[in-house]
Amino acid sequence: MDTVALLTVLVLAGFTGYEVIAKVSSTLHTPLMSGSNAISGIILVGTVVVAARADSALSVTLSLIAVVLATINLVGGFVVTDRMLQMFKARKAPAADREAAK
Amino acid sequence: MSPALAGLAYLIAAVCFIVALKALSSPKRARLGNAVGAVGALIAVAVVFAVERPDNLWLILAALGVGAAIGVFAAQKVAMTAMPQMVAIFNGLGGAAGAIVALLELGGATQATPIGQLAVAGFTILVGAVAFSGSMIAYARLQELLTGRPLIFPGMRWLFSGLLAAALVTGAWIPFGAPFWVALALTAASVVIGVLFVLPVGGADVPIVIALLNAFSGITVAAGGYVLGNSLLIVAGTLVGASGILLTQLMAKAMGRPLLNILFGAFAGGSTLGATTVSARPVRSAAPEDIAIQLGFARRVIIAPGYGLAVAQAQHALRDLADELQKRGVEVLYAIHPVAGRMPGHMNVLLAEADIPYRALKEMDEINPEFRTTDVALVVGANDVVNPAARTESGSPIYGMPILAADEAQAVVFLKRSMRPGFAGIENELLHDPKTTLLFGDAKDSLRKLAAAVKAL
Repeated sequence: MDTVALLTVLVLAGFTGYEVIAKVSSTLHTPLMSGSNAISGIILVGTVVVAARADSALSVTLSLIAVVLATINLVGGFVVTDRMLQMFKARKAPAADREAAK
Repeated sequence: MSPALAGLAYLIAAVCFIVALKALSSPKRARLGNAVGAVGALIAVAVVFAVERPDNLWLILAALGVGAAIGVFAAQKVAMTAMPQMVAIFNGLGGAAGAIVALLELGGATQATPIGQLAVAGFTILVGAVAFSGSMIAYARLQELLTGRPLIFPGMRWLFSGLLAAALVTGAWIPFGAPFWVALALTAASVVIGVLFVLPVGGADVPIVIALLNAFSGITVAAGGYVLGNSLLIVAGTLVGASGILLTQLMAKAMGRPLLNILFGAFAGGSTLGATTVSARPVRSAAPEDIAIQLGFARRVIIAPGYGLAVAQAQHALRDLADELQKRGVEVLYAIHPVAGRMPGHMNVLLAEADIPYRALKEMDEINPEFRTTDVALVVGANDVVNPAARTESGSPIYGMPILAADEAQAVVFLKRSMRPGFAGIENELLHDPKTTLLFGDAKDSLRKLAAAVKAL
């Protein structure tokens, strides 16, 4: 892709990101951080590209290390975010629950 | 796989990521959104294998498997209280991976490689390595392997500036046929820069630094995407960068200080360097039974939780106390300061883990007018976020930080481990206020005693 096209993508993604994230409620700021952190683990795609093209023992080793690190970031990030979000339940206050039980 | 088809698949993955972030505007849809994001990532990874058709496929898949196993294990194992550390480590690893990608691209560069691409590769190394080492220092600080107070040594400012200048010079040399060792030197300098960047930031300001480092790793991914000519990496990295920058701004606003002051305040001297001496002035402490009476006969109690709650893993004990109070008809609300805890929104996650409905958690602006008509403000393991010095003492390091107006409640109860000052190391006037009562001890222990005492009323 040529530079201008990439720059276009960059700028539009920047605005999209800002608009989307500005609406995130402060209750979910920690999941937002860990979720966006998981997304940055997509550098895994880049590490696979360099690993596939690596031709020396050193570059193969380095790129495989990068694959491992990026995968930890990506997979761990999504799993930990899921664990967090699982806990956010829209429930009534406990007192109200007990009222309902009566 | 044809490039057009791959590009289309990357577009779908990018849309999945945007959907994942957008879903976070409501706790109801957030979990589904996260799953959509994971599917997007899966598509993208499958596509890159189909496009590259690597000869060493099995080696790469093995590395992938190792990483996935470590990631899942760590993510399942970590306690909710240790979440900030975990995110810091993950973040650092992503940054390191980005820096390695750029380094290898530079190593394989030829005469034909465009100057712009080389320059951005240098930039990727710088930001990625800083994100890596900075995150590791933030981790060490959060894990309390390092002191919470700013660490500075004589000449640190000059070393930092010198290294930054050296990094910029080597970075500027790279596009113009610099030998490979220059890229390695840049990597080394960047790692040290990251360390020197985070060391002087005081413990109370760590949430901001984590948000900023998150933005750095996003920028690394975007820049790496430019180097590889991969639009998905650019979109994903930019999204993360925007989110990190936005959170950083929100946090800085919540601390009432400009970002540069937070980051480089310790370099200039002062800032979060507070008193470390334990005050000898008298305070009033009471037995759990006395405080239980205070709480049990109140009409409204506002709980202000802080990091001490997380350290003591006391979120479930807190919930039990709140249940006992609610049984007696006491209204219980939670006041969440934006920077309570060690990362943005940390308290919300902890209390959610204890099944406290998120509707009972009130943001600072919403709850502050309520303190005046509140009988007891119960401060659990928090200190700086209720310190009136932020309003009154212009010389105080936290001066200007918006705080929870706990001091406006009819009575204040502190659950504290000791008289040691908070993470920022500043003494709290409110502890010596005549309407304040202290209950010393581990937060979990104290909360259990209080719940039992309220039940016995």
